Amino acid sequence: MRNDITRRDALALGLSAAAIAATGAPANAQSAIKAADVPAPKLPIEKGATLRMLRPVRFVQADEDVFRANAAKFTKETGVEVKVDFVGWEDINQQTAVTSNSGAGPDIIIGFSDAPHIYVDKLVELTDVADYLGKRYGGWLPLAQRYGKKNKSPTWIGLPFGATAGPLIYRKSILQSVGFDKVPEDHAGILDLCRKLQKAGKPAGFALGNAKGDGNGFASWALWSHNAALLDEEGNVVINSKETIAALNWVKQLYPTFIAGTTSWNDVSNNRAYAAQEIALTANGVSLYFSLKNDPATKAIADDSEHQLLPKGLAKVSPMAGLTLNAMVFKHSQYPNAAKAFLQYMLEKDQYEPWLNANSGYWSQPLAAYGEASVWAQDPKVKLFKDTMNSTYYDGYAGPISTATGAVSADYVLIQMFASVATGAATPEAAAAEAEQRSKRYFRRQK
Amino acid sequence: MSVTTLSSPVLAQRQPSWLVRLFDYKPFLIVMCLAPAIGLLAVFLTYPLGLGIWLAFTDTTIGRKGVYVGLENFQYLLTDSLWWNAVFYSVVYTAIATFGKFALGFWLALLLNNHFPLKSLLRAIILMPWIVPTVLSALAFWWIYDPQFSIISYLLVDVLHWRTTNIDFLGSPWPARFSLIAANIWRGIPFVAISLLAGLQTISPSLYEAAMLDGATAWQRFRYITFPMMMPILAIVMTFSIIFTFTDFQLVYAITRGGPGNSTHLLATLAFQRGIAGGELGEGAAIAVSMIPFLVFATLFSYFGLARRKWQQGENND
Repeated sequence: MRNDITRRDALALGLSAAAIAATGAPANAQSAIKAADVPAPKLPIEKGATLRMLRPVRFVQADEDVFRANAAKFTKETGVEVKVDFVGWEDINQQTAVTSNSGAGPDIIIGFSDAPHIYVDKLVELTDVADYLGKRYGGWLPLAQRYGKKNKSPTWIGLPFGATAGPLIYRKSILQSVGFDKVPEDHAGILDLCRKLQKAGKPAGFALGNAKGDGNGFASWALWSHNAALLDEEGNVVINSKETIAALNWVKQLYPTFIAGTTSWNDVSNNRAYAAQEIALTANGVSLYFSLKNDPATKAIADDSEHQLLPKGLAKVSPMAGLTLNAMVFKHSQYPNAAKAFLQYMLEKDQYEPWLNANSGYWSQPLAAYGEASVWAQDPKVKLFKDTMNSTYYDGYAGPISTATGAVSADYVLIQMFASVATGAATPEAAAAEAEQRSKRYFRRQK
Repeated sequence: MSVTTLSSPVLAQRQPSWLVRLFDYKPFLIVMCLAPAIGLLAVFLTYPLGLGIWLAFTDTTIGRKGVYVGLENFQYLLTDSLWWNAVFYSVVYTAIATFGKFALGFWLALLLNNHFPLKSLLRAIILMPWIVPTVLSALAFWWIYDPQFSIISYLLVDVLHWRTTNIDFLGSPWPARFSLIAANIWRGIPFVAISLLAGLQTISPSLYEAAMLDGATAWQRFRYITFPMMMPILAIVMTFSIIFTFTDFQLVYAITRGGPGNSTHLLATLAFQRGIAGGELGEGAAIAVSMIPFLVFATLFSYFGLARRKWQQGENND
């Protein structure tokens, strides 16, 4: 996508970015990250190695600048040329599929969450690098382990670079005006709050339309907080359960308290409604908060906003899955050692910490030690994103990660189950049965 | 006689080279002239179509080669209520939208066929909805139908105070379905109007003059001159319109993505949803292939129902 940037440009950008990082985050100078002294795996870099990699486009410019600067530094130290292409989010899955099937193209792709599990046969194992990094930086967080390792196996096939999630965001003053300090953790309490918000004229709004991110996020939360799930640990489709029916009944009660039209919402609708002060409570990624904060016209809304982890309901921890950046190295690469060395280099403190800080909270770390990075001390309202990868929930919980997991969310199966019950188009029992039929169809080849 | 007297250099000049003779050879010329067209058709039409039909009989997914599974995809679709929903809505969508487009388009064409100032300019402006890329107009409609920021709701609630709440265009099945049909009609009218206008202008004014001399009313002139004379072009335009409407994708995908709760999926959007987003290429292809019988039927219907009248060959309509 942005391959028109020459190496020289990248270096220049990198230098300026390094300057920004140094001045913008002075804590970098005396990093608080602890790194254990662990011997690094031996990865003799192949002679004449060059690397090509794809990764999703940035949230913030500094992300790209620091990433390119880090890559340029790697080139300088090892002599391995690295060409980094930034690809649109919608395109990265297709490009990964083509790369994997044709056995040609980039050596490394940073894809999303489940990608390494789909193309596992075509990937180089990364266990040595992952073990080293895990020991050196306080261990991999639960979500990173889930997405990085093969199911029920210690073998690493992906190296997570960070995750982003969609917790609740609410208007503090409006919640206080109806008698709440924060959103209750139990379902009855949430329903009560939403009813009061609706009476106050500033209702809640959660996407029940075909919105890949927000819609699936809400549907998954409603299920998991009732201890319902799409799959059991063996990968059997268990969506048609009494827990699911309970979740559906709860959403059926909740839906009338929402602002009108959430069944036609897409991923930006809740951002707009929140920014226009039409709603007082929704769930979204940190981007909403930043866009409000950075615009003088809406700064007051940002100041009055708070984030909160998705309420637990019946679950033990907040049931919130994060979209994860997951790096993989393809077997067709001529230089697997160089590729592994590059990924390892990028996750080392000197490179990863400036990059994490440059992302100002959009991505949160997969390795425990990076929790001390200065980015999490900058804005108290962003701090809660620090624990994104501490979650034990993931897309397709609680089963093994597979192609079908992604297909179910891309086909909006769970969202439509909730939407059809909420609008009264189907009974909870019928909707759960239909979701089961459709999910089983997607999962029919996974076992 | 004169040929034999020509000197040999002149003869050599006159004698065409083998290349010229080759190009004068008719069968060769035909093959050469047709090859590019056939090549293009084969590469860009036959191959994708053939591949699509083949995929419908396999269980291919994105990222995985499939195997031949016979009619399994189609058997599944018959048990899939969402496919039946999509069939139902595709038919409803096509029927109502086509009717609306023809009623309004024909009317518009009749209006445009009159003499009035700035005629050419107005005719050009009428084409606007058709010229604007569908995705752009779909986005405009998406804003018009937005549950929170709709211009229509704004006018009715905040300006005119006729309502107290916003209109929820896309939040429940039937309003969403009709909202999409309205958008499709808006977009399709210019095509119908301009095509029919072209047809109207081929009708000889002498027919109307003769009818007026006989004392025919405006309605009678329409019913017995305009309408019958327009039949052939109506048939063609309707065939095209039905095909365009039945295979519509962009409007629905940009505005509702098939929501709320799958109620507005057309076969084309469902095929994309399953095949590309869901990754089940085989099933998506099967849904796309399942459109073919409907299209063939619609085409045959409008062709035979409207166009095969004897008067087209100059005979009586008995």
